[in-house]
Amino acid sequence: MTVHHILGAGVMGLCTAVELAGRGAAVMLHDPAGLPGPHHCSWWAGGMLAPFCESETAEAIVGTEGRRAADWWQTQGALVTRAGTLVVAPGRDRAELDRFARRTRGHVWLTGAEATALEPLLEGRFPRALFFEEEAHLNPRQALAALVTRAQALGVGFTTDPAPPGPVVDCRGLAARDLLPDLRGVKGEMLLLQAPGLHLSRPVRFLHPRIPLYIVPRGPGLFMIGATMIESAERGRASVRSLLELLTAAYALHPAFGEAEVVEIGHDARPAFPDNTPALRQLPGRLCLNGLYRHGYLMAPWLARRAADLLTPDLPTTHLPTGETA
Amino acid sequence: MAAFYGIDLASPFMLGTALYPSPAVMASAFRASGASVATVSVRRESAAGGDFWAIIQGLGVHLLPNTAGCHSVKEAVTTAHMAREIFDTNWIKLEVIGHADTLQPDPFGLVEAARILSEDGFQVFPYMTEDLVLADRLLDAGCEVLMPWGAPIGTGLGLLNPYALRSLRAHFPDVPMVIDAGLGLPSQAAQAMEMGFDAVLLNTAVARAGDPVAMAQAFARALEAGQLARSADPIEPRDMAAPSTPLIGKANLA
Repeated sequence: MTVHHILGAGVMGLCTAVELAGRGAAVMLHDPAGLPGPHHCSWWAGGMLAPFCESETAEAIVGTEGRRAADWWQTQGALVTRAGTLVVAPGRDRAELDRFARRTRGHVWLTGAEATALEPLLEGRFPRALFFEEEAHLNPRQALAALVTRAQALGVGFTTDPAPPGPVVDCRGLAARDLLPDLRGVKGEMLLLQAPGLHLSRPVRFLHPRIPLYIVPRGPGLFMIGATMIESAERGRASVRSLLELLTAAYALHPAFGEAEVVEIGHDARPAFPDNTPALRQLPGRLCLNGLYRHGYLMAPWLARRAADLLTPDLPTTHLPTGETA
Repeated sequence: MAAFYGIDLASPFMLGTALYPSPAVMASAFRASGASVATVSVRRESAAGGDFWAIIQGLGVHLLPNTAGCHSVKEAVTTAHMAREIFDTNWIKLEVIGHADTLQPDPFGLVEAARILSEDGFQVFPYMTEDLVLADRLLDAGCEVLMPWGAPIGTGLGLLNPYALRSLRAHFPDVPMVIDAGLGLPSQAAQAMEMGFDAVLLNTAVARAGDPVAMAQAFARALEAGQLARSADPIEPRDMAAPSTPLIGKANLA
């Protein structure tokens, strides 16, 4: 039987591995750095499955195909929370909320009281909010671990050795710039805050004229705040300016975040193509799945399915929940 | 059209490169705009942003690096030097921000930085308020182009002080002037051209529009209309109606 050799054990490589193995193919996953960890950019992601919100600026495919992501992750054993997304704006940027509503679908307007009913923490903070009920979120590190478990159960081999000569599926992210000259890095910085006693049930997006900031709950008292967007392939440091912006957003959401403990400062660079849309590209002997940009967890399942369709046309596709097309 | 430090521009449209949904959309917007100049911000951390800069250089237009986000003379001067090294141009759009909330230029720091940079061979495009005296000082400092704001950056409010802009234009008829910042609609850009300004510089109005490419085209057409109107010598406004056909000698058909 043909063995499919996948390069890179980040979210794209793992999704492709379980998709192929789930269809009955033999798969070997190669990553010199080993299992998923801080060396992968997907380790630092927000984990929002927010096809409607992302459609504010993303190409249409992100909205349509992204809607199937939550079901895919659940099928693979990842813990997906389907509680929607709440979008708010500080008083001076109120017009941003109207603009966001005009540019997106799948939302309802909430009064301040209705938003408080969903998230008691927001009591008295915002006079109105947008609620995207169908959106979901997951914890990226748990989700990656769930994929590793699933891949191992399906017989996927993991190795730090290079792939043997022959066809490969290239999921190396930014490292694939050696072969994809139009791939660029977009730097992102994030924070993990420990704030005992504070509770959110769903991601809250905080509109900002320059970058969309968000706070994602990661379990009791733990919050991820992300993420900056800087045109740079620099991965190694977080700047004071960026941290100020992230912390200001948290503080503006609720001053109680001022007492939180900074647990982690993350920084990495997202691989992106010029249209910021994930894509599958065929090079001689190599199928490249890359350019996930801000949409790793949202769009990797889609690219993985397309890759599996191409690589194993004779194998039955796994049962897929049908995405709504409306 | 006026020359900017000896450079004749094919179009009075100067367009920024920030805030677009993607570099691909930005490139399409530039093509649709016919813009002759692209502004680009320079930050230390974007030194690793070579890929994005390569895309901007690939637009095939003149590059005008800026010192956006600089709050002191020293910062602005350092950034200008970085920009000159990276983009190999003496052009610099000089921003010295005086107020973090309104992003209003600091006129005092601006004059000082303009003098330092001009003496160092830079060709300075100063982002300034519409103040007449400030304009005079900037010209003394060595600037040969002025860039008065229409309104604070990103507000889209248009030309907030047409009176002062008119008098600026009238006092320095031969200085190339660019309306920089605050434009939200093509009609405002047309107004600037009708008033005799030589170019406009904008970013947010195009980049954050629902369809940046269509908006870029809309601005291009408005600029062309405004330029044409200016050269066509518009009529003066007057208080009383002026009939366009004679009233005397009309046939009495009653």
